[in-house]
Amino acid sequence: METTREGIVCNNLDQMDVVFDRTEVLHDTPTSYCPGCSHSVVHRLIMEVIDELGILENTIGVAPVGCSVFAYHFMNVDMQQAAHGRATAVATGIKRVLPDKIVFSYQGDGDLAAIGTAETIHTINRGENIVMIFINNGIYGMTGGQMAPTTLEGDVTSTTPHGRDVHIQGHAIKITEMIAIMDGAYYVTRQAVNSAKTVRKCKKAIKQAFQYQIDGKGGTSYVEVVSNCPSGWKMTPIEANKKIDEEVLGYYPLGDLKTPPKGA
Amino acid sequence: MGKKLLMKGNEALAEAAIRAGVKGYFGYPITPQSELLEYMATNLDSRGGVFVQAESEVAAINMVYGASGTGVRVMTSTSSPGFSLMQEGISYMACAELPCLLVNVVRGGPGLGTIQPSQGDYFQAVKGGGHGDYKLIVLAPNSVQEMADFVYLGFDLTDKYRNPVLILTDGALGQMMESVEFPEYNPEEHLVDHSSWTTVGRENGREQHYITSLHLLSEKMEEINIHLQDKYKTIQKNETRFESIMTEDADILIVAFGLSSRSSQKALELAREQGLKVGILRPITLFPFPSDELKRLANSVKGILVVEMNAGQMVEDVRLSVGSNIPVDFYGRMGGMIPQPDEIVQKIKDLSKQVKI
Repeated sequence: METTREGIVCNNLDQMDVVFDRTEVLHDTPTSYCPGCSHSVVHRLIMEVIDELGILENTIGVAPVGCSVFAYHFMNVDMQQAAHGRATAVATGIKRVLPDKIVFSYQGDGDLAAIGTAETIHTINRGENIVMIFINNGIYGMTGGQMAPTTLEGDVTSTTPHGRDVHIQGHAIKITEMIAIMDGAYYVTRQAVNSAKTVRKCKKAIKQAFQYQIDGKGGTSYVEVVSNCPSGWKMTPIEANKKIDEEVLGYYPLGDLKTPPKGA
Repeated sequence: MGKKLLMKGNEALAEAAIRAGVKGYFGYPITPQSELLEYMATNLDSRGGVFVQAESEVAAINMVYGASGTGVRVMTSTSSPGFSLMQEGISYMACAELPCLLVNVVRGGPGLGTIQPSQGDYFQAVKGGGHGDYKLIVLAPNSVQEMADFVYLGFDLTDKYRNPVLILTDGALGQMMESVEFPEYNPEEHLVDHSSWTTVGRENGREQHYITSLHLLSEKMEEINIHLQDKYKTIQKNETRFESIMTEDADILIVAFGLSSRSSQKALELAREQGLKVGILRPITLFPFPSDELKRLANSVKGILVVEMNAGQMVEDVRLSVGSNIPVDFYGRMGGMIPQPDEIVQKIKDLSKQVKI
């Protein structure tokens, strides 16, 4: 091995085992996400799942408005970019005319739980057989750090400069709990990606959600990922991941909120 | 042509859409277009398409967006307040060049207004409606027969230009019954191959397709805009449609579209009986607007009367077309009222006096 300006170069790569590689379903391109942001991790997990399930040729994704508006520049699958909040309506349109295809939506908290609440609830109420991925980082990242519907009580954002006061700005919405009681929901789970352990679990959950859609037994599969926003939270990535463990998961606990009935 | 049927305008339009091969209909109830939605709910699923009652017009237009991105024929219908709600989605579709058929069965406004017929959405239909620079191709039927005919035309145009097409009609044309014949039309012979851009999965490992209206680089966004404007110019050149009624010897030219052209036609008969030489130019496409034909006629007529069911919207385009060399008068009723033939005749007489006929 030798060290160059580009870093360490391995001279005998062909003699080594590849233990980890970028899935081809991710574009080979620099990310536009901030260092340490959960989006990159979740993008990778979804694309790995699509790769492993062999559904690339059948899958259509829907990107939201928010930091992940350019998801199609990273996810190398057919995609549509939806208006703010309408990702699941767009996904409904695709799935209804192409019921044999695999459709997923990818949204942040402003998109899914504020401006798009009606679409979220009614997509699941119809039991659309799609996968919904919900990135909950408690802040509007792209527009510069404003309060999200999921911003925790007391948290300072650019529109809650004195901290979120639930008597004035309302409560951090528990939309996943609301969804879990709906008949149209088939699988509802809350995951995180702030540690190696949670990343592995999250991937398993995403894979399960896609598998349920492939099996087509009914209902919407929904995966919330409690995420960070180091830039918006004004923290280092390590501090942000620590905040998730110490503060966020107390309010948004991890685990399955709804699983298909046994034998389904 | 098939046999003659007696149908409501809304139902004739829906039946034509099914015959034209619509695969997805997404809508929300609103008077006076609900028969269209109900006809789809009853018939579409069993005739090769899917019907979804959306939770709002906002959701409906975005379902149309998604389904259109797969390359099949899709549509929605609504009435004025619902059309306002759809504007953001329509702007996205115009930019992303997604084909679809839109129907606005206009009712009187502003606000919640009335459920009676109106042409108060002309500006919203013809001038863009949503944000940014874009145009819809706008077809204005004036009979139940045309409610059906323009569906076939609309789907062909939207597929040809990858631009949303709007049928701008009103509560009276939607509700009234007239005889209608559905033409022979095999959708298979009309379908356009959209496979170079549709999002249906990367079949056979082909390169990724994505649909977006987001281009953060100003240079790129301007390029997209220039492309759209070029397309609108082509549409203007190729697709302008109008009907001329007794214009060749006319002194007074009525310009009216849709339902108000029907009242105007009766007024023309009454006026001609009284020796007044009246003609009608009926724009069938509101965009593209028949400006050249108007300019041509402005050389031979002495005065122009624009009749609308609004406070004067299309009249602005008429004035832009003919300039200030000829008097352009306007008669309009609002809030769901329909201009009556005798009222129009009176306006013709007033204008005739003014231009010394």
